[in-house]
Amino acid sequence: MDTLLLSRIQFGANISFHILFPTITIALGWMLLFFKLRFARTGERKWMDAYMFWVKVFALSFAMGVVSGITMSFQFGTNWPGFMEKVGNVAGPLLAYEIMTAFFLEAVFLGIMLFGASRVKSWVHTLATFLVAFGTTMSTFWIIVLNSWMHTPQGYEMIDGVVHASNWFEIIFNPSMPYRFVHMMLASGLTVAFLIAGISALRMLWGDRGEDVKAVLRVGIITGAALIPLQILAGDLHGLNTLENQPAKVAAMEGNWETQGNVPLVLFALPDEDARENRFEVAIPNVASLILTHSLDGEVPGLNDFVGPDGEIMHPPVAPVFWGFRIMVGTGMAMLALSWGGLLLLRKYGASDMPRLPLYVFSAMSFSGWIATLAGWYTTEIGRQPWLVQGVLSTKEAVSDVPVGMVLSTLIGYLIVYGLLILAYIGVITYLARRATRGEVYSNRTYPRRGEAPVASLQPGE
Amino acid sequence: METFGDPAIWLPWAFAALMGLSILIYVVLDGFDLGVGLLVPLADDTQKDRLVASIGPFWDANETWLVLAVGLLLVAFPTAHGEILTSLYLPVFVMLIGLILRGVSFEMRAKAPLTQKKLWNGAFFAGSLMASLSQGFMLGMYVMGLTWTLPHVAFALLTAVFLTVGYSFIGAAWLIWKTEGALQTRAISWAKGGIWGLVMGIAAISLATPFVSTRIFDKWFSWPEALYLSPLPIISGALVVFLWWQLSRMPLKNDGWSWTPFAAATGLFTLAYGGMAYSFYPYVVPEKITIYEAASAPESLFIILLGTLFVLPAILSYTVLSYYIFRGKAAELKYD
Repeated sequence: MDTLLLSRIQFGANISFHILFPTITIALGWMLLFFKLRFARTGERKWMDAYMFWVKVFALSFAMGVVSGITMSFQFGTNWPGFMEKVGNVAGPLLAYEIMTAFFLEAVFLGIMLFGASRVKSWVHTLATFLVAFGTTMSTFWIIVLNSWMHTPQGYEMIDGVVHASNWFEIIFNPSMPYRFVHMMLASGLTVAFLIAGISALRMLWGDRGEDVKAVLRVGIITGAALIPLQILAGDLHGLNTLENQPAKVAAMEGNWETQGNVPLVLFALPDEDARENRFEVAIPNVASLILTHSLDGEVPGLNDFVGPDGEIMHPPVAPVFWGFRIMVGTGMAMLALSWGGLLLLRKYGASDMPRLPLYVFSAMSFSGWIATLAGWYTTEIGRQPWLVQGVLSTKEAVSDVPVGMVLSTLIGYLIVYGLLILAYIGVITYLARRATRGEVYSNRTYPRRGEAPVASLQPGE
Repeated sequence: METFGDPAIWLPWAFAALMGLSILIYVVLDGFDLGVGLLVPLADDTQKDRLVASIGPFWDANETWLVLAVGLLLVAFPTAHGEILTSLYLPVFVMLIGLILRGVSFEMRAKAPLTQKKLWNGAFFAGSLMASLSQGFMLGMYVMGLTWTLPHVAFALLTAVFLTVGYSFIGAAWLIWKTEGALQTRAISWAKGGIWGLVMGIAAISLATPFVSTRIFDKWFSWPEALYLSPLPIISGALVVFLWWQLSRMPLKNDGWSWTPFAAATGLFTLAYGGMAYSFYPYVVPEKITIYEAASAPESLFIILLGTLFVLPAILSYTVLSYYIFRGKAAELKYD
């Protein structure tokens, strides 16, 4: 193992751990705003109960996201100094705008959103909730802009081997940005839909018959069922965009070695890069051509086009991209089946009398959004290799010359901490669910509706 | 861009000032909440909750100043970012793990089963300790020019201890302001026990800095610069004397002047920091790379600066709003 591979694994581990939590908070922020607004409109207690339960999950996820995000801003320097040296003039302003327009907004109003309900008027609290949700979305926008630019760079010129920005509009609205942004926002929505449906199903299995649990289960199933077709459409469009801009990635996703027409859709295979062929291939004829070119004999690029005359491989490692893509699509299909099945059951039985079997399946799928999101990111990020910025900067040019032992030991350190924290995180969420099931009261306060000030709850000493 | 003269001169300067300001705000704000984390083991169980409550609504935004500071280093001085962070690889790792542990245990200690609370309290303390020590260590290494030799590491270990004790002092000063009764009394004694860290830290860095580089030595001890510089040590000394006197007679009737130790501690941090900034300017990597050499292209800096001019006042004003909403003595943390 060399510093390059270890640094890649380390960055991959850090960013994988990090993305788990924003994936939840981006959409959960909006979901909390929805609960809060439903309460303001209907005055039904269940919406405030739902808010109070999920705001705790939000607070925990947000803290995990913040602290793991701090790691990211340091790792650019510790592990990838070449990145900022070469493309800093583009990446820098984008990161700066993320910090200034999003991070502070989220972080400051989070305090008011979490602990300020009794100190400010109800509408101020709702506004704080909105600003936190808006902040997470802004943050997604800027980081996706930068990430997309690394896949499809434009709007720059090279001066003395360093990238200089020449057109910010082109940089921000680079070709893959709209697709990636929509794809990620929907991924977050689906992750949260299945998380809230799954945890609610778990509570119902434990015997919780609270109105809030049923309401959240319904919201989760309906949101999931509504978003998954959109996500499949967005994913398809994103794939076509990738075919145009990064054909080598698509070739690896499809496990297609030769550029040709009538390419089959490979369902299962073990891609073998040494033999440059697929082993144990199971495939449906012509379907990959159909999906990618909308014609049965359409030509699909092959991996062998991306081997230099001297044998240098300029396409990504095939197996991780190939499998990452299949795991993402497979999870998405399971989500489609479950949410639409859930919708039918909801119509037939209602949330109260939902049979136990689907409840088990829903709770097993609580964190399915994580799997799909990670698999999707692996597909697109490993699919960009050997480039760090497509066609501009290769990954090995950017890595720092820190000794192998240092990278390896810190990598092990990170992995241990991250492993323990993920276990603790899932453990605490189920513990919160169990405590709520036991009927622990979230709050004894009577909540004011729109515009009323919570007079009774002023703190002593004010 | 040309209005203020050569953009390759004033833009790096403006960004160095912005970055310096972010680091200073970070050191004071996260300094007090790291400090409160360091004091957790000294408090009893109900007091622990109140300690955490006193920083609850703020810590997250406080840490964002670190992200901004590192972000500005990253975007405005990319070569320096690489140079500094690769040479501080290990302490950065320790700090990051510390900050992660801290932020997570902050949430976990209130949400995990009661039997685990002790564990998460421990993690909260350990995280605060790792972050404080490594920041102090990095400060020492930076002053020593980022070279790993035995005397430099020894000096950095010393500053690690001093900064940690200094943080616990400003944490205690925060608690004097934000708590009352028995806890406040304890905070006063913690502050008395921690003030030496701050004083020794400032002294150690002030003594070492001019002797590391002749350039800084000349800057300090030449006429008339020494005269302009003299208010720094004089005011610092006066603040230390004031703190000593004030702490010995606290608590005062009706909670009078309870904000003064925190204000004085902030003043001390600011002065010490100002002195360092003066010494190291114009270098961002000590004696190696100046801010002008390390700066990004002027067009890129300019577009960030434009945003900053709009956004920074907004950030400052809603930060003030948040401190205003959570003014007064810290109350129990409740979501409703």
